[in-house]
Amino acid sequence: MTTGMTPVATPFFFYMLSGLAIGGGLLVITRRNAVHSALALIVTLLAVAGLYLMLYAPFVAAVQIMLYAGGIMLLFLFVIMQVHTERASRDRRFNRMWPLGLAASSGLLALLVSAFAKGRALFPDRMLRLPESSNTQQIATLLYGEAGKMGPYTFAFEIASLLLLAAIIGAVIMTRRKI
Amino acid sequence: MSPITTFHYLVVAAALFVLGVIGVLTRRNLVIVLMSLELILNAVNLNLVAFSRMWGNLHGQIFAIFITVTAAAEAAVGLGILIAFFRNKETMNADEIDLLKW
Amino acid sequence: MPNFIMSYLGSTLTPGEAGNQFWALIYIFIIFTGVSIAVIAMNWLERKALAHSLVRLGPTSVATQGLLQPTARAIKLALKEDIIPAEADQFVFWIAPIIGLLAAFTVYTVIPFGPSQAVSDMNIGVLFMLGVSSLGALGIVVAGWASNSHYPLIGALRSSAQMVSYEVSMGLTVVSAIMMTSMNETGTGTLSMIGIVQAQQHQSVWFIFKFFPLGLIAFVVFSIAMIAETNGAPFDMAEAESELTAGYHTEYSGLRWSLFMLAEYAAMIAVSSIAVTLWLGGWMRPFPNLLSAPAWDVVFSLFPSFTFFGLAAIAMVGVARMPAHSFLRIQRIGLAGFAAVLGFIALLLLVIAIAGRSAGRHCLAGFRDSIDYVYWFVLKVAVFMYLFIWYRATWPRYRFDQLMRIGWKVLLPISLGVLLATAVVGVIVS
Repeated sequence: MTTGMTPVATPFFFYMLSGLAIGGGLLVITRRNAVHSALALIVTLLAVAGLYLMLYAPFVAAVQIMLYAGGIMLLFLFVIMQVHTERASRDRRFNRMWPLGLAASSGLLALLVSAFAKGRALFPDRMLRLPESSNTQQIATLLYGEAGKMGPYTFAFEIASLLLLAAIIGAVIMTRRKI
Repeated sequence: MSPITTFHYLVVAAALFVLGVIGVLTRRNLVIVLMSLELILNAVNLNLVAFSRMWGNLHGQIFAIFITVTAAAEAAVGLGILIAFFRNKETMNADEIDLLKW
Repeated sequence: MPNFIMSYLGSTLTPGEAGNQFWALIYIFIIFTGVSIAVIAMNWLERKALAHSLVRLGPTSVATQGLLQPTARAIKLALKEDIIPAEADQFVFWIAPIIGLLAAFTVYTVIPFGPSQAVSDMNIGVLFMLGVSSLGALGIVVAGWASNSHYPLIGALRSSAQMVSYEVSMGLTVVSAIMMTSMNETGTGTLSMIGIVQAQQHQSVWFIFKFFPLGLIAFVVFSIAMIAETNGAPFDMAEAESELTAGYHTEYSGLRWSLFMLAEYAAMIAVSSIAVTLWLGGWMRPFPNLLSAPAWDVVFSLFPSFTFFGLAAIAMVGVARMPAHSFLRIQRIGLAGFAAVLGFIALLLLVIAIAGRSAGRHCLAGFRDSIDYVYWFVLKVAVFMYLFIWYRATWPRYRFDQLMRIGWKVLLPISLGVLLATAVVGVIVS
């Protein structure tokens, strides 16, 4: 990632990364085997991390790789291996309500397509170039505050840590055999 | 090739969102339903970061970090519920998990 | 086009900063070659050192002192039959070692061998390193699952649970090291690996000695966690031959297994490089600020050539001690040739050191500086590699529940305490 230089071959990388992301998403929802779905989701998450890098958000990209691809997907793989999905992989793939689900999703797709077609003029064509070398410092200033004052998101940061603590305790309690 | 604008990123995010919604509504295996839920959350994150770049400040990125943290907590708790359920009924099918009490 | 290639010579930026993709590829090629040679050397050293610690000789017959034994092993692994279990998931079985290899080698993108000798010095280098090294556990889990067999599955789950547990303490001690980089005038730290070593140079102290004993405790916790992270002894319960019949790579044979071995040793070298960068001053020679006179510069820049002279002398002593029988003739000639090669490299380094000092031409001086930086870095990492082998020879392995207990109940509180103490001491001092 170059600081202050014009990006190189941007359309190529954008189309490649978004193709990987959407292709991975398609594989996630159509694979019979749950481990294949998990691997496809990892590909999607890494492609989305690449898209974050293109959007001048290196910290969010690193957090995405560390937490999502390296943490949550590992959790998913553990659970897949514990619940013996090889028996489930011989069942049918889609549930009883799949025509209704597909109709609802098509409705959502039609809504989004019409919103984008009509509202294209709303989004300006400019793309501001955020400074990349100070991205982490600026995020830290917003999260932690500076010069002795609280930042705009300090309180939310503390609440998020409480949320994680509650999730840890909840997950531990829920999987005990005798509460 | 036209330059890549915010709109391109929004289209990608919308496509991921729709794929996630299809996965949640139509798949039978509950673990894959949870994975499609993660797809939805990622689509929303991509939207936020694209808008953060469009407006030139970092509030979208901070919100995306918070959503990632919340998704981690929710995945852990959701999978815990799944395992606790599997211990009782030995099935992962969304069709067979349809009783409030058995 | 040659302008584009040559324009990078003599620049003081990494190829990533200069935007020069050709030199980035050259650096990647050099790193890949170097790591492969290091893995081969580590294999030889492990067999010889383990054997000598058990009062036996180790490989002696392939070449003199068994120097070509790893090469013979590599050829054997390449020629072995590639057995895939019948019920195994073919695609996932194929891709699992590739995931592990990619995760292990991508970390080398941010490791700095010098102030501008990194492939790309990212601003978030430490975060990138932590995130990518956590992708290695995915390869292990997927390998165990794809083998469709009990022992690999249990071994894979245990191994990846161990990796995830020790990643937490690793991350916390890394954060305490990063906090030490912000103890300067502006109060701003840095996440880039080159910036961390430059912060150590600026503060004239290796972070292992800063706020004594906090840096030392953080370094020790990181060393223990990094051994557990790479499944090294004494934490190799999940892949030891006597425990789970080789764990997650039981069903892998031949070249696929060698990919796993390559990934494991590359990960070992990568985390050792990270420990060296964060706590031991990276590429800096000893006392760069205290003994900064040009005379001391000359003395310290002669160290690489003297090291190779020493190695050549040891090889020549080995040649002299060999009995003069006819059936040892080829071995004597081979060892003498090896000593000659080492001596030639030493002479070359001596010429570069002296010529670069006195000529002062920009390119040669930069090249000599690069050699010095890489030498000190590799020396420190080599110490860690020897420690890995020493631990394997000395300590019995931990049982898995003891291992998890250490990860969560011992190392995590200690690293949290070190983090808190570093923050408090940092605020008090500044």
